[in-house]
Amino acid sequence: MENKDTNWEPKIIAFLCNWCSYAGADLAGVSRLQYPANIRVIRVPCSGRISPFFILSSLQNGADGVLVSGCHPGDCHYLTGNYSARRKFALLKSQLENIGIEEGRVQFSWVSASEGGKFAEVIKKVTETVKALGPAKRLVKRCL
Amino acid sequence: MADLSSSIREEAKKLLKKGEADVIIGFEKGSLPLCATPCFIRNEADVEKLIWNEFCGNNLSRYLIKAKGKVGIIAKGCDTRAIVELIKEKQVQREQIVIIGVPCEGMVDRKQIMMRCQGNKITNVEDRDERLLITGDLLNVAVKKDECLYPGCQVCTNRNPVMYDVLIGSTSEEQQTDEFTDVTNFDGKSSEERWEYITHEISKCIRCYACRNACPLCYCKECFVDTTQPQWVGKTTGQTDTLLFHIMRSIHLAGRCVECGACERACPVTVDIRKLNRKMSADVKKLFDYKTGLDIDQPAPLSTFKPDDSEEFMLDI
Ligand code: SF4
Ligand code: SF4
Repeated sequence: MENKDTNWEPKIIAFLCNWCSYAGADLAGVSRLQYPANIRVIRVPCSGRISPFFILSSLQNGADGVLVSGCHPGDCHYLTGNYSARRKFALLKSQLENIGIEEGRVQFSWVSASEGGKFAEVIKKVTETVKALGPAKRLVKRCL
Repeated sequence: MADLSSSIREEAKKLLKKGEADVIIGFEKGSLPLCATPCFIRNEADVEKLIWNEFCGNNLSRYLIKAKGKVGIIAKGCDTRAIVELIKEKQVQREQIVIIGVPCEGMVDRKQIMMRCQGNKITNVEDRDERLLITGDLLNVAVKKDECLYPGCQVCTNRNPVMYDVLIGSTSEEQQTDEFTDVTNFDGKSSEERWEYITHEISKCIRCYACRNACPLCYCKECFVDTTQPQWVGKTTGQTDTLLFHIMRSIHLAGRCVECGACERACPVTVDIRKLNRKMSADVKKLFDYKTGLDIDQPAPLSTFKPDDSEEFMLDI
């Protein structure tokens, strides 16, 4: 169905790692920082836990955007999880753009537990980008 | 292409006689023109069956994974690159195999020739050095071999075996192709155009998984498309399910695909699977400076990392 609703708000799935970005989101909350309410947070143990399947399934099941956020390089609770994840994400993002998924649907960032302000900024930026792209249509699975 | 069949037979005979191999995996004459069929030779009398020509495109390393005992294998450039990766991934032991390396000059794409012959029945093919003389009931044409090579062969820069125990014939001249121009060209198109192209290709796919089954590096006992708990990819041939299969397969093969073209040869409906895998090869080269199948000591790009890997793709805040 075409979404002609001018009040349309994107649904964004945010995969946040337990040790940094999730705590960063918490800090943003307790600091009473304002950011768009478009994200649905899924807490994962580590950014290295995220399989491309999670991201693709989100898009297939109706997410308009996906954000993956983990600890900064060097700060991983499991030492190297985010380094391995970084290589994997670089390839996935490139492949999605290669087949014609709009740039910006899937985004990655590092947010530490002390960066509540950065967390709010990231969410603002991601929400703006996805809003500008409009509802995701390309990978969504629809009933005929 | 010089006739290498007789030297291959000799080598095979020697190996079987000396007991250095229990079985030789090679090619025999196919039951149709323009085809060669993989075969398994277990005794000396049968080595006469072995042939070598420009239709020996299949990647025989696919058979190594289930092979038992000592195995001799006839391998061209891409086959040896796949073997390097298989050894690295501990699917094959180097001591278990004897590689009879054959320098390659590119393999001829049967489907392209059939297109040129416009569906007329082909009854015979004669090898005339650079050309193939194709004859049939209503047909008598000469085709230049290098005009009908597989897309992968056209841009291959490692035609000579990268690892072997015996080398048959003399080394081929390597092509100096401008690497990844195909990827750069596709990148140059707009997102819309790329989406159009890819969805058109994907719409042909019948999800037979022949591409996966022919792939030497798709050896997983249980492939993600077959699992049901969890079921990551739906079973339909609808656009998104099919696309998910192809995206995920390309990710699984990133840094492992040796571009032998086995998937495309196997595909009954000519899906342009290369478009996805080549992009990953180009990225792996650009981002991680890795070329698949060349160096047995270099770890696979997704099994390692560098602290200063590129972060260009990440949010800049
Ligand atoms: S597509 Fe992936 S899971 Fe399936 S066989 Fe290939 S590598 Fe294994
Ligand atoms: S071989 Fe072709 S039709 Fe079969 S699953 Fe692969 S791409 Fe689809």
